[in-house]
Amino acid sequence: MEYLNIIFHETYKILFLLIPVLVSVAMIVWLDRRVWAFVQKRQGPNVVGPFGLLQSLADALKYIFKEIIIPASSNKVIFILAPIITMTLALIAWAVIPFGVEQVLADINVGILYIFAVSSLGVYGIIMGGWASNSKYPFLGAIRSAAQMVSYEVSIGIIIINVLLCVGSLNLNDIVIAQNEMWFIIPLFPMFVIFFISALAETNRPPFDLPEAEAELVAGYQTEYSGMMYAMFWLGEYANILLMCALGSILFLGGWLSPIDLYPFNLIPGALWLIFKILFLFILFALVKAIVPRYRYDQLMRLGWKIFLPLSLTYVVLTASYLFYFNLLPKI
Amino acid sequence: MIAHAIFFYVFSVIAVVSAIMVTVSKNTVHSVFFLILDFISISCLFIMIGAEFLGMIMLIVYVGAVAVLFLFVVMMLNVAQQKNQWFVSKDSSGHIPIGLLISVIIFFELIIVIGGWKYKPDLLNSAKSTIETEISNTHSLGQILYTDYIHVFQISGMILLIAMIGAIVLTFRQREGVKKQSYLKQISRERVEGVEVLEVASNKGVKIDD
Repeated sequence: MEYLNIIFHETYKILFLLIPVLVSVAMIVWLDRRVWAFVQKRQGPNVVGPFGLLQSLADALKYIFKEIIIPASSNKVIFILAPIITMTLALIAWAVIPFGVEQVLADINVGILYIFAVSSLGVYGIIMGGWASNSKYPFLGAIRSAAQMVSYEVSIGIIIINVLLCVGSLNLNDIVIAQNEMWFIIPLFPMFVIFFISALAETNRPPFDLPEAEAELVAGYQTEYSGMMYAMFWLGEYANILLMCALGSILFLGGWLSPIDLYPFNLIPGALWLIFKILFLFILFALVKAIVPRYRYDQLMRLGWKIFLPLSLTYVVLTASYLFYFNLLPKI
Repeated sequence: MIAHAIFFYVFSVIAVVSAIMVTVSKNTVHSVFFLILDFISISCLFIMIGAEFLGMIMLIVYVGAVAVLFLFVVMMLNVAQQKNQWFVSKDSSGHIPIGLLISVIIFFELIIVIGGWKYKPDLLNSAKSTIETEISNTHSLGQILYTDYIHVFQISGMILLIAMIGAIVLTFRQREGVKKQSYLKQISRERVEGVEVLEVASNKGVKIDD
């Protein structure tokens, strides 16, 4: 009976986290298209519901009623597994994101490593989908994305090391609390810029959306997918983008801390501040999509390995020496 | 405690079964996927005994990077057919003695390890262990790794670096006649030198690029 109680309680908490994440993923798709449209002086989706807010819901309904086509020559088990893995991995990472001092589903010691591990697993959904489709364009897209995501993970890992040097803990809540005096975006601004660009590449967003470059590869690894399975890839992708925005705001923008510790700002709960920061970063993501043209693949690789990796490694050395010389290393 | 035991048996059964499937399954790509499942369940076991840092690093390094490259190579080279040929053809019997030898050696190594742990319980205590239980697993690992075992740690790092450089040297080859782009040159081009107006004589043509 006691176990049942615990299971019921945990399920309740998980649903309380996951349903808002899924709803906000739907809203964020609308926001993305809307920002993109406004930059190009178009209207964007504005018909379904007020300001077109319900557009994603209508799209979801359309996807549900569409037929799921499984190609005859595909590897069926892996073909079906791929979108499920993409979406599951995108959602389980939210377990460790702190929305307040106590408001976190799993307050584990190695939270940042957990997020990093889950986001590095995300490549499997794409590779599996591309390989199991048994067709040329999905396979090329999958191979491109495998190389791209592995390359940019390296620089994201080193940027995280920069932050961890200043914090002295792998717990996400500790990382937020350490920014009480000053957000890490101020001392680590170059790292924030590199993190932002790497996050774009890690989530296959434009200008680094080469795995699904429609002019060359139809839709990359998603070419053979239809109906709800395509929608799951799509949801997983946007949940991953939101997760990267959340990670960026926790690492550099002070997570759930309010920007100024003054009276009217104190009253706003921390969860709202985190949501504002995630939205801010997401609008930047959407603007980049609208403004910047797509990269060429060799230039993408060059940027990751020859520019970001040396830069972030140098910055690790600089941060460590600065903290050591001025005796600012965090006490454990 | 019961829940702990249930989780332990679930993860270890998955680990053992998927390890067997790695060798048994005929499709090489399936083998790699089972290998990944094996890595994941073993990292879950690591987390269950409290070695959370090791478990996460296992996920990041082995599953997130090494297995991706495995998959990459297996998919690109199409070794699936080769593996099937090994199973069918007579050449496969040539590999069996070597495989047996290696597996016997590994078996005896495991027996030595388990025997030492089973019949000499003080063996664990004799190794200087300064792991404190109050601080987290990551902190205690760092405290031991960067104080008592710093030289071993750095030597292993150097060995990995040498292996990396060796791999690059072995696969690197200078190719002739490859046109390379100079990004600096491309960016610093200006209109004056970029655009040239030429008088083209009729039916002659003109050479514009070299």
